[in-house]
Amino acid sequence: MTKINIDGKELDVPAEYTLLQACEEAGAEVPRFCYHERLSIAGNCRMCLVEVKGGPPKPTASCAMAVRDLRPGPNGEAPVVLTNSPMARKARAGVMEFLLINHPLDCPICDQGGECDLQDQAMAYGVDSSRYHENKRAVEDKYLGPLVKTSMNRCIHCTRCVRFTAEVAGTGDMGAIGRGEDMEITTYLETAMGSELQGNVADLCPVGALLPKPQSFRARPWELAKTQSIDVMDALGSNIRVDSRGREVIRILPRVNDAVNEEWISDKTRQIVDGLKTQRLDRPYLRKNGRLTPVSWNEAFAAIAAKVKAASPGKIGAIAGDLASVEDMFALQSLMQALGSPNLDCRQDGSRLDPKYGRASYLFNATVAGIDEADSLLIVGSNPRKEAPVLNARIRKRWLRGDFAVGLIGQQADLTYSYKYMGAGPDSLDPQTCKPPEGSKKPMLILGAGALARPDGAAVLARALEVAKAAGAITPEWNGFCVLHTAASRVGGLDLGFVPGEGGLDATAMAKGGVDVLFNLGADEIDIAPGAFVIYQGTHGDRGAHRADVILPGAAYVEKSGTYVNTEGRVQMADRASFPPGDAREDWAVLRALSDVLGKRLPFDTLNALRAALYKAHPHFAALDLIQKGSLGDIPAGSPDKTAFVNAIDDFYLTNPIARASAVMAECSALAKGRVAQAAE
Amino acid sequence: MLADRDRIFTNLYGFQSPGLKAAQMRGAWDGTKHLLDRGKDWIISEMKASGLRGRGGAGFPTGLKWSFMPKPDPARPSYLVVNADESEPGTCKDREIMRNDPHLLVEGCMIASFAMGAHACYIYVRGEYIHERERLQAAVDEAYEAKLIGKDNVHGWPFDLYVHHGAGAYICGEETALLESLEGKKGMPRMKPPFPANMGLYGCPTTVNNVESIAVAPTILRRGASWFSSFGAPNNVGTKLFCVSGHVNTPCNVEEAMSIPFRELIDRHCGGIRGGWDNLLAVIPGGSSVRCVPAEQIIDCPMDFDSLSKLKSGLGTAAVIVMDKSTDIIRAIARLSYFYKHESCGQCTPCREGTGWMWRVMERMVEGRAQKREIDMLLDVSKQIEGHTICALGDAAAWPIQGLITHFRGEIEKRIDQYAANPHSDPVRIAAE
Repeated sequence: MTKINIDGKELDVPAEYTLLQACEEAGAEVPRFCYHERLSIAGNCRMCLVEVKGGPPKPTASCAMAVRDLRPGPNGEAPVVLTNSPMARKARAGVMEFLLINHPLDCPICDQGGECDLQDQAMAYGVDSSRYHENKRAVEDKYLGPLVKTSMNRCIHCTRCVRFTAEVAGTGDMGAIGRGEDMEITTYLETAMGSELQGNVADLCPVGALLPKPQSFRARPWELAKTQSIDVMDALGSNIRVDSRGREVIRILPRVNDAVNEEWISDKTRQIVDGLKTQRLDRPYLRKNGRLTPVSWNEAFAAIAAKVKAASPGKIGAIAGDLASVEDMFALQSLMQALGSPNLDCRQDGSRLDPKYGRASYLFNATVAGIDEADSLLIVGSNPRKEAPVLNARIRKRWLRGDFAVGLIGQQADLTYSYKYMGAGPDSLDPQTCKPPEGSKKPMLILGAGALARPDGAAVLARALEVAKAAGAITPEWNGFCVLHTAASRVGGLDLGFVPGEGGLDATAMAKGGVDVLFNLGADEIDIAPGAFVIYQGTHGDRGAHRADVILPGAAYVEKSGTYVNTEGRVQMADRASFPPGDAREDWAVLRALSDVLGKRLPFDTLNALRAALYKAHPHFAALDLIQKGSLGDIPAGSPDKTAFVNAIDDFYLTNPIARASAVMAECSALAKGRVAQAAE
Repeated sequence: MLADRDRIFTNLYGFQSPGLKAAQMRGAWDGTKHLLDRGKDWIISEMKASGLRGRGGAGFPTGLKWSFMPKPDPARPSYLVVNADESEPGTCKDREIMRNDPHLLVEGCMIASFAMGAHACYIYVRGEYIHERERLQAAVDEAYEAKLIGKDNVHGWPFDLYVHHGAGAYICGEETALLESLEGKKGMPRMKPPFPANMGLYGCPTTVNNVESIAVAPTILRRGASWFSSFGAPNNVGTKLFCVSGHVNTPCNVEEAMSIPFRELIDRHCGGIRGGWDNLLAVIPGGSSVRCVPAEQIIDCPMDFDSLSKLKSGLGTAAVIVMDKSTDIIRAIARLSYFYKHESCGQCTPCREGTGWMWRVMERMVEGRAQKREIDMLLDVSKQIEGHTICALGDAAAWPIQGLITHFRGEIEKRIDQYAANPHSDPVRIAAE
């Protein structure tokens, strides 16, 4: 700790702190543009200039100067920093003037207006009139892809976007060409950016130069209602903020949560918004003479009741999809129990994970924050870049720090960090050959859905655990065995025990015709064979709805309050930002109403009552934002076959019904395919 | 006047061959092993005692700079980087060294690297210096051939020398931008601290020296620190290459003793001012980056670091640009403004935005198409750039304008009055590029 005097206030700060951090500690506000906590220091905007006494008679960039580099006074006094002296004020006003001389005065038509750092800081630190009477610089706008719109006249060259793509995203898409006042930020050949995290550059941009393209000219930030929610596009459970105006969701932004997503979200999380408005199911349908026809709720329920009453309990089944909340699955589970059916499954991809092996067998036990501590990594049957891009950025962050050996078994891909390829299938998963480097104290093993969603999944799981144990990844202090799920509902479903009961059928068996009546709660990634009477409860007219005999319109994730458990086992609750369209209702309420018609009334009338019942049955769901550590049960060892692992996600942009309804995602997907084709040539 | 026997660069004009044989005849590579045998500490203390100040412009004591290098560490090798990116307008001294006396530089690199514990040295040659690079490369090849340098050379200090060719950006003459460029990145200055002596090339301890500073080192060591320090005024000792250009009768490069009065320098070597001493308007004494000095102040001023900085100017690279009364001084400074606007790297705000602003105002002032209050505004803008940037290019852009306004404000006002007195139609505005 080093003593430092900031604006007359003496305090103790760690020596490696920058002056900017020390000033923040002291409560002194220092304006900045280029500095960002999660990016490297550029020191080029010069907005954070402060006066340092005793140094050269010029202001110092506080973001780039470390406290330890300051010299103490002649008698050993703490170095003196002034953030509000005439020199510092003049310097900031000067820099602000320079930033503004070539910045267009188009705030009234700029989407950044209202949340613009330049606007805010110009109010606080600028002067009220301009002395610049020359012509302003004109810069051509650049094409950066379908997600980021540019207005390069506004660029202040802070290079946050350049540093983000180089450091966090790892694609290095962006850079600066030209020099001096002709310097321009671009993707060199004006190709679309190739990162799954590119949308974040619009958040990082302190001005309106980079803006989210799909939201152009749609809304002003101050008209939006902001709701805290949880993302369901992948199993990471990124913390998001849903901004809506009236009933319409306008945009989705990340919330800061260092334990989960830091402050990034993937492009799918961010730009799914238009998918929430198209292809929506807004009224119940019933298949009459082979055609789905709109009907009333009563008519739909009556048709279901007739079929359910005709079927024996063993011939009724339920599959829960990837986006279902814990509450919805709990309601469906309760209904199935009331009907006396053991046929339940939340693993539509055919994954062999099972709660009977213990909670630790299906969690990302090391936790996302634990990646920072790990010192080696083996990835099995997964492409984290597509399955959880933000988590992949976390791995890259650890890898950039060095001394981090990464191995991969499965399909090779560009993960934005280098790795050692160790084989294609389960036979490479050998405790002898998959040893981490000598001296690795916290090895990590990521087991992807691609390795588990196959008939020999349980054997692969057992083998992977064996490898992890042999590597020393499972000790009382450290559990580096990590399952990376691809579905937001999966861990919640497994926690609920939404798996086949005694003698029950699993999802594959049910889909193949093992049941006569099938409740399909938003499971669109599974093909259901003809024959069964399918009740599809979901949000979009997608694969599941096409196969359905009755469609019950439900609420999408932003339209209901729901609990989700992410791949780490962290229980998180999302608030409702908007309302379901038309006649659609929240899924638990639909099930509650249906249960009445079926004569098996569920014992809860409100969401709170449902939650009370849920917490009584499964207390850990009440511990929001926390992870309950799981234990590991016995897994029967088997011999996996030799088939190579195939990653669970082929097209990152089109993994669920909402994404498939989004035009933006479709464009991104086409671009990504084009890139792959181009690279193959 | 400096006697011929005291000149270090005896082939400055290229009357003899730059090759190894001829260089050895002139004294290069004489007793180098003997110098190295006396040890690092002796070399550094001798360099300190000689009082040599860096010849690249800032005038930092060279011996002191060498002594900043940390102790050798096998994990982090030390490097010497020679800054041959001589791009300062008016400066052409390193060019002549590399062209005509390259072996002095090569030998200097060897000795300086030894003194700093560096086994590798890079010479970063300005992009436009094609001939110079060829000559230098030839000299390096000769030295390798003769086993004067290389892995197992006759001096017993494994040493590799690489000549790197820049791409022609002025900013790459700034030491940290040079390191970035040498690493293959965009030439943009780094922030200091950390200084290159701690985190330089590839993150390793590095010393960056000017060509002239390195090239004079062997002769200083051979002839002794006291010989070198016997020239010039205290704290400004030694001999120095002056590059005199502009309105003198015979512009030239010349090696002279430091602190030589300006009048003597011009009269002896340059045949006097064009049109006589009364015709002298102003002098930029140290390359384009320093403030100009009007005639009456410079005529009897000793040409050295301290005397010129008392005039709020500087010796810089000793590129003396002489302007007689036929010069449109406003136009001259406006041209320099354009240079800095063109060469600003664009990294930090004040320089990127300010240099263009100053140039545009200067262009109007050349015509007189300005308001008198804009003179003070221009001065204020230049002060907002000076000292607010990462590197010194911002300062260098500000100083010529500050010098102009300090000494020739009347000239600018006169131009504005003239313009205002004559009827003009509104000019067509030129779009900013």
